[in-house]
Amino acid sequence: MWDYTDKVMEHFKNPKNVGVIEDPDGVGEVGSLACGDALKLMFKLDEQGRIQDVKFQTFGCASAIASSSALTELIKGKTLEEAEKVTNQDIAKYLGGLPEQKMHCSVMGKDALLAAIDNYRKGAKAGEKIDVDVVCNCFGVTRQEIERAVRENNLTTVLEVTNYTKAGGGCETCHDDIKEIIAKALREKAEAANRQPKKKKKMMTNIQKIQLIQETLEREIRPALKKDGGDIELVDVDGDLVVVSMRGTCARCKVANFTLKEVVESKLREFVTGDLSVVEEKTLEDAP
Amino acid sequence: MNVYLDNNATTMTAPEVVAAMQSHWAELYGNPSSVHHFGGQIRKDVARAREQVARLLCASADEIVFTSGGSEANNQAIRGTLDAMAGRKRHIITTRVEHPAVRGVFHHLEKQGYRLSEVPVNRNGELDLAYLEQSITPDTAIVSVMWANNETGVIFPIEQIANMAKARGAVFHTDAVQAAGKLPIDMRKIPVDLLTISAHKLHGPKGIGALYIRKGTKLTPLIIGGHQEGGKRAGTENVTGIVGMGRAAELVIEHLGEETERVSKLRDKLEKGLLEKCKGVVVNGKHRLPNTLNISFEFIEGESILIMLDDLGISASSGSACTSGSLEPSHVLRAMGIPFTLAHGSIRFSLSRYNSDKEIDYVVENMPAIVDRLREISPFVGLNGSASSFGAPPACNT
Repeated sequence: MWDYTDKVMEHFKNPKNVGVIEDPDGVGEVGSLACGDALKLMFKLDEQGRIQDVKFQTFGCASAIASSSALTELIKGKTLEEAEKVTNQDIAKYLGGLPEQKMHCSVMGKDALLAAIDNYRKGAKAGEKIDVDVVCNCFGVTRQEIERAVRENNLTTVLEVTNYTKAGGGCETCHDDIKEIIAKALREKAEAANRQPKKKKKMMTNIQKIQLIQETLEREIRPALKKDGGDIELVDVDGDLVVVSMRGTCARCKVANFTLKEVVESKLREFVTGDLSVVEEKTLEDAP
Repeated sequence: MNVYLDNNATTMTAPEVVAAMQSHWAELYGNPSSVHHFGGQIRKDVARAREQVARLLCASADEIVFTSGGSEANNQAIRGTLDAMAGRKRHIITTRVEHPAVRGVFHHLEKQGYRLSEVPVNRNGELDLAYLEQSITPDTAIVSVMWANNETGVIFPIEQIANMAKARGAVFHTDAVQAAGKLPIDMRKIPVDLLTISAHKLHGPKGIGALYIRKGTKLTPLIIGGHQEGGKRAGTENVTGIVGMGRAAELVIEHLGEETERVSKLRDKLEKGLLEKCKGVVVNGKHRLPNTLNISFEFIEGESILIMLDDLGISASSGSACTSGSLEPSHVLRAMGIPFTLAHGSIRFSLSRYNSDKEIDYVVENMPAIVDRLREISPFVGLNGSASSFGAPPACNT
């Protein structure tokens, strides 16, 4: 049997926030009865966009129930942008640690949270799975889910991936795919590490910088925004301050600020220079 | 209240067994191989234990070899048989529902180049005997089929299977670890070549088992380097364990008929009680050992049930994936075609002669609240107790 921490046992025996919300803003469902664990997470936002109420229902072992309970406690009162930053590691840490083979319980919590946020943002498209590239057919684990777990937890072996996502725990035919995903993540990490110092050395003229920003917006950002009916336009570049204007659905989007920081800014920092910060045109106007 | 219902995992060491072993821990420390009187006394104790174990199987003492337990006995039986054949026959047969101590050995042999046939079972856990019969060819070296299954308690028709194997010239081994102590075993009537038993499953100590080797069966020893056990198993004897196993075997003979009848009544009471008091419950396996109940609770997960039971002092086990550390539920339940959805919520209660009526009442009384509590948390149960509209499950193998 497992050696669970007291905190895990406490959250298993008296889980917090069990139940359903009648009229939730976002609902996320992951896992299934057949897979051995499943989690349904729902939340309601207050007027400030903070998670006012959150409830869960879980089918699974003690650590799955405890992880769900911990997740709800961790995200209560947070904005979606803040909640999104909660990692499976945070869930495990909150519980005083989980056995290695049970880490997938914390990953399931994170997956459900992302699914619920996604459901809120996409509204009517509730429950639609964007991730369709299933790598592990036994447990229905997608490439994206594996990639995220590998990235966030620095996983380096198939066994670790299985412990964290269940992928590869059944017929084992996907082990080669998982190895490739790990190798790719390691390569990307190495490349990123190599890129970082080089960039700092690279001096750019203002013109070059603006060009690069424009190119990055065109290539990396606009196509994604357009998919959701939005758009973005470069207004000005002042030193390291990039001023943009959100168009289309983005202009009315509740999560535009998130898109700005997490998508636009991080892409520009990745491809242009790490010192950039991005603001929206109207923020400047609104400022006194 | 402490209720121990995990007797297929291990049993309480009987007080009589502990008493019998007592002196062998301390003053009787001699080596049975020694010439002096010290060794001589112990030699007699070991010989008596061998007689006791032989009587349990209606065999003769020189057909009993003591081992470190069931796993060693199984390894010895299977690998020793193949070694003795020196590769003349390359086909081996076992079942899909064997204990890992047999299954693991066969899978290892398959990797080494042996052709492996695994006999399937049906939804009730019964073996496909036609498949088995067709599988045995002149190239078949050994057939190994357990007497009774550890997870479901399903009993296999060993006499019929042994005859089938013998008729086609294959060696027949049976892992009788679960059957011994719960069913009568008579080696005079059933043509088994090799049979495994383990002491700790029949109220004896851990770390000691035995392999019955019918006279004339060719076997290469697994552990070599000493003359002990008639040259069939090297190493100074686990005298304390052997004495304990002998006493445990003697107690089984004393209690078998009367106790198994009482135990099976208790088991039936537990089964009936749970089926009456809990909804969405399915019993796994037909024609079972008198002490075993494997039962699935829909929409909830086995490990959670076990921990809640443990909180009440009730010890049981589960075929759920979460309890094993593997991700898939029990290979036995899967081989039976029991859906994952039921396998994850399976609980095994296994009784012994030390269980009482009151203990069974206690379990039946407390189980409904546990099931209700976990179903409250489960997303698959609606308010009316029926399955809810949880999203379509991803492609899991069922």
